[in-house]
Amino acid sequence: METKFKRIVLENSDAIVQMWMDNVRNLKDENYTTNIGDELYESTNREFMNVIFTSIQSQGSMEEVEQFSEKIINLGWPLSYITDGLQVFRRVTVDYILSNLDDMDDTEQIKSVFQSVDDWVEPIIRKLVNEYTGNWEQIVSLQRVALQELSAPLIPVMDRITIMPLIGTIDTERAKLIMENLLQGTINHNSEVVLIDITGVPVVDTMVAHHIIQAAEAVHLIGAKCILVGIRPEIAQTIVNLGIDLSDFSTKSSLKKGFMSALEITNRKIVPLEGKSREEQIKNIIDSI
Amino acid sequence: MNPQSCVHIHKEWDIVGARQLGREMAKEIGFSTVDQARIATAISELARNIYLYADQGKISYEIIYNNSRTGLCLIAEDEGPGISDISQVMEDGFTTSGGLGAGLPGVKRLMDEFEAYSEIGKGTTIKTVKWLR
Ligand SMILES: Nc1ncnc2c1ncn2[C@@H]1O[C@H](COP(=O)(O)OP(=O)(O)OP(=O)(O)O)[C@@H](O)[C@H]1O
Ligand SMILES: [Mg+2]
Repeated sequence: METKFKRIVLENSDAIVQMWMDNVRNLKDENYTTNIGDELYESTNREFMNVIFTSIQSQGSMEEVEQFSEKIINLGWPLSYITDGLQVFRRVTVDYILSNLDDMDDTEQIKSVFQSVDDWVEPIIRKLVNEYTGNWEQIVSLQRVALQELSAPLIPVMDRITIMPLIGTIDTERAKLIMENLLQGTINHNSEVVLIDITGVPVVDTMVAHHIIQAAEAVHLIGAKCILVGIRPEIAQTIVNLGIDLSDFSTKSSLKKGFMSALEITNRKIVPLEGKSREEQIKNIIDSI
Repeated sequence: MNPQSCVHIHKEWDIVGARQLGREMAKEIGFSTVDQARIATAISELARNIYLYADQGKISYEIIYNNSRTGLCLIAEDEGPGISDISQVMEDGFTTSGGLGAGLPGVKRLMDEFEAYSEIGKGTTIKTVKWLR
């Protein structure tokens, strides 16, 4: 039975491909592939069909399927292109086989048509979806690593002075990283002063404030000093409203002011070279950070 | 814009979504940058309390009008363990989680109106309003 269906399909592949193409063209508007050029779309569609027919012919060989999925992933096409395409193939093929059978009332036969087509299509779907999700998982885990590396950077700007610029939302996981990097970095770089810059932190709530206070206390315990800089006016207001007392901590409105006081703490100052004003000197140093 | 919306809190990152929507609404109504920050911070506190103590819940937002005044009303609701003594948790520094204990009293100061209802074993509802000046 199965061989009979397969013969019908393989002998009439041109007609089935044509029906499939007509159906899939309508899908282009609804499944996110509208901005793909017509030529590339048509040629990829043909390749897609070849892959399916090759797989059916060779009793479920997956080599071409794998290559094809790689291509679609590289093109950045949505998964729905593949799943919708295979769905249409299933429908079109079942229709075609049924219309070529003599005995349309034989329910057993109709059932086995569905069964056969499913048996051809399912391994292909499974393979393609697996390739796709494997690729996504890899991207997500790479981005996780990239984000972690970005999340609490420590910059040893000059001897004994280190800056940690924080940008974006701080969640519990990130707060832990901030603490670890701050302590490890302070020790590794032999810093005396650490500037934490929160210019880029959108909301400072009690959780964030609590973690920063704890970090500052921990830095103090290992013999360094922590200065909180980049407190925007609206953040200063919300911190006050929250009733959080930062008077025990050094705070400065800008990185520039923080840096100046870090120099002072480490017993240094900026001395103008001949011909250059002090302001210019400071600006040059700040710009070079 | 829909004058009434709601964000469900299930995981920590939902807190970010909740305050982003609040900030967006506040901006659209015309709140100043400082008030936008106050509203976003208040939402952050309420949403984090839900996440920490009740596991899950939701925050609803409604634009309200009263005698030609416009305001943003936030309602934080959960079906968590509840709070036995509201006046105690409204004291600065009271915490059961080793936090700063500044969240709820902070919200009261950040916003203009504040009401809390809670029943042990049933859950907690906190309603708070900020009026446009
Ligand atoms: N939705 C809630 N359900 C049950 N208990 C709550 C809820 N919200 C707050 N609480 C209780 O009230 C206490 C005080 O809350 P509050 O937000 O003021 O401080 P906190 O969360 O402990 O610390 P933080 O300063 O970080 O917010 C909490 O420790 C907790 O025991
Ligand atoms: Mg809290």
